[in-house]
Amino acid sequence: MTLDQLLKAPRSRREVLRSMGAMGALAGAERLLPSYARVATDGTGMSELAPRIIDGRAIHELEIGETSVVIEGRRARAVTINGTVPGPLIRLREGEDAVLRVANRLDEDTSIHWHGLLVPPEMDGVPGVSFPGIGGGTTFEYRFPIRQAGTYWYHSHSGLQEQLGHYGPIIIEPAEPYPFQFDREFVVVLSDWTFENPKRVLDRLRKQPDYYNYQRRTVVDFARDAARNGLWSTVRDRWMWSSMRMNPTDIADVTGTTYSFLMNGMAPESNWTGVFAPGSRVMLRVINAASTTFFDVRVPGVPLSIVQVSGQYVEPVETDEFRIAPAETYDFILELPEDRPYSVFAEAMDRSGFASGTLAPRAGMRAEPPARRRRPVLGMGDMGMDHGAMAGGDGAMPGMPAMDAAMPGKSAKPAVQDEHAGHDMASMAPGSTDSALRAPGTLPPMVAHGPGTHGVGNAMVPMMVGSRLAEAGLGLGDDGRRVLRYTELRSLERRPEFRAPEREIEIHLTGNMERFMWGIDGVPFDQAEPIEFKHGERLRFTMINDTMMHHPMHLHGMWMELENGQGDRIPRIHTINVKPAEKVSLLVTADAAGRWAFHCHLLYHMEVGMFRVVHVGTVMEHEGHTGHVAREGGADAT
Amino acid sequence: MRRNVLRPLTIVMATLLALAGSRPVQAQADSSAALHEMRWGRTTFVASEVLEYLPSGADRPIVYDLVGWSGGASHRLWAKADGQLATGKGESGGAYQLLYGRMVSPYWDAQIGARADVQRDEHGTASRIGATVGLQGLAPGWFELEPSLFISTTGDVSLDLTASYDVYVTQRLVLQPRLEGSASFSDVPEFGVGSGLSEGAFALRARYEFRREFAPYAGVVWERRFGSTADLARAAGSEVGRASLVLGLRLWH
Repeated sequence: MTLDQLLKAPRSRREVLRSMGAMGALAGAERLLPSYARVATDGTGMSELAPRIIDGRAIHELEIGETSVVIEGRRARAVTINGTVPGPLIRLREGEDAVLRVANRLDEDTSIHWHGLLVPPEMDGVPGVSFPGIGGGTTFEYRFPIRQAGTYWYHSHSGLQEQLGHYGPIIIEPAEPYPFQFDREFVVVLSDWTFENPKRVLDRLRKQPDYYNYQRRTVVDFARDAARNGLWSTVRDRWMWSSMRMNPTDIADVTGTTYSFLMNGMAPESNWTGVFAPGSRVMLRVINAASTTFFDVRVPGVPLSIVQVSGQYVEPVETDEFRIAPAETYDFILELPEDRPYSVFAEAMDRSGFASGTLAPRAGMRAEPPARRRRPVLGMGDMGMDHGAMAGGDGAMPGMPAMDAAMPGKSAKPAVQDEHAGHDMASMAPGSTDSALRAPGTLPPMVAHGPGTHGVGNAMVPMMVGSRLAEAGLGLGDDGRRVLRYTELRSLERRPEFRAPEREIEIHLTGNMERFMWGIDGVPFDQAEPIEFKHGERLRFTMINDTMMHHPMHLHGMWMELENGQGDRIPRIHTINVKPAEKVSLLVTADAAGRWAFHCHLLYHMEVGMFRVVHVGTVMEHEGHTGHVAREGGADAT
Repeated sequence: MRRNVLRPLTIVMATLLALAGSRPVQAQADSSAALHEMRWGRTTFVASEVLEYLPSGADRPIVYDLVGWSGGASHRLWAKADGQLATGKGESGGAYQLLYGRMVSPYWDAQIGARADVQRDEHGTASRIGATVGLQGLAPGWFELEPSLFISTTGDVSLDLTASYDVYVTQRLVLQPRLEGSASFSDVPEFGVGSGLSEGAFALRARYEFRREFAPYAGVVWERRFGSTADLARAAGSEVGRASLVLGLRLWH
């Protein structure tokens, strides 16, 4: 939020901002606030929403509109919530009933989805799935009981509005005290902004999917790799990729060539600043509200203690860096002993840019961001070959064993075959139970990919698929820094009831990069039937990523318990970043009847069809076509 | 006669222009942005693969290879115009196609449709129409390939192949070798074509992508007629082969 905007803001809003210390009277104002309210900003970016109190009930009022904002010194039209990007912080309290009144001032439909919140389906905010959307000029009141605590966020589920700024953070204060100590908290909303019309971005991607990739391997790279790894090895490497018609630098569809990466709505030069007292413990609640960007987050030189993931407490894990996929949230605590500014650095996974800000003992200080790293390239592991031997840097693929076996179309001999390989939709007919499912909470074993190739909408299938939860991730883990791994996450509390799954549903995440086709089992949403869950059943939901891109998959309405080997301490999450050629399994208790969205949270992937309706029904009636209108409108709600 | 001949060219050019001018239909219209349809939708693409000036020979032609499509991910209507326009003395004309294309594998479209060939020079105008089937896609190794078979209403059968490859010298400087070849199964003297391998061209073009959609280029093109086609050219006093420097623009929208 610029001064310009601030002055245009309604008076009540200015007062709110001032009371938040946004005008610079930071320290004084904040002492008046309880610790949880101390979401400090330096006068731009986010503020906390002050609810209107009517008859003792807090009514949170949100207004969706088109507002002129300034980003990186350029003026742009954004879809804003209460006039800002990101929208205001909404603070709720576990156990209360939330009332959120959303007024749509746009001349098109909008919606708000409360990401990660367990709400009745008609309050989930997905137009065409569980509610009709919020028409232009109309107001919709969301009401739901708050059954959880933690860091979450909200965003539009309509068209490409999310890319235009329609997102904001949510903090739900727990009913019980926090199981850890902190002196201050800051919300860090990461996002990606483009001055292009997102419809134009999508159109370009459909015409030339590598349009925004300016980090391809060039003749110059070839010469360098040949000098380093030998000519023959480099030629073989290049041929391996080109023979598969795959590009190892295809890491992000939309990159820093068009994106400005924002921290709380601010580009790096605007330097979002959180002010701390030296020696204090600070909690950062990091939310990735980006449309397509994965960030690698660190505070250089300071160990981070991860305490919450997807809003859920985990046993504290100390690390130096973590990757956050779009729609994920990670909260960490850090101790800042010195009287100096610290950089908060979030580098895009493809290294085409970064968001950054400063934690400073006084306003007006700036920590220099650390040196940038070279963009990684995809490796053998991303093709389903040689799992665990990820290429960390460019050209770091000397050996290339089993190259011929990985050619698409050639079937591979399975090295390990478990009883579930080759499961498909047909084998999970209603009522089918599989007594031979492996123990809950365990990692899926590596298996050969099944024989199906999923049609023209899927360009290739990996040879082997298996868990990659223990891996640091593309471009990470090879520079001496500790990197958070999914396998390190342990729920803080043991589940009171840890049921074994009764049934397994296996889906494949599919795509054809050459056409920008993205789907599930090779089928886009408009041609797909809903995925059927039985109400009350315990499911193993297995996803296999057949593509060479990462997909953050998000299930609405129900937790997914990530089977990361931690047994009855497996973490509950709402979004899982599925790596290329990865097989990941999650346990779901289908306790929320209704129609729910399940999709890739890369906005443009979702938009072209990487989306499904999950129907949780007490009767396994067949609904026919998924439908694009909310004809049910949450009729299934309990 | 002349009007008849120009009709196919006019139709294809009009189609290309219409494609260029049409606004892409998005998956979600503005008025119903909330109703996510979440599908690939329909879009329209037009491009000049080749649009260049050859400042050599008597004809000093503007050479073009224009392509456009409209449709979804797997079904598309295609229009193609591949030919030359003499600015000096010599031939103008080319092949103009309207095709339906369907995705048959992750990297290939099969195309079928109508093609009209037109050739005009100082001696007059020749034309023929017919049906064409072809493939267009990406071969292992990132080679763009476009083989097609043409059968005219008068029974002429010919094969055409275009192959190209993009070499990224830097992120914006792209070297593109491109090979074109034609073979005819019969003598078609009015088009100056004899049976057998008739014509071939190899081009090396270096373009600079100021934007992906806007890339001026310079290049060298070697063209050659072979066999009986070369004999016909010699008899007509035309060139059998030539090497030219070209300047052009690669554009798309």
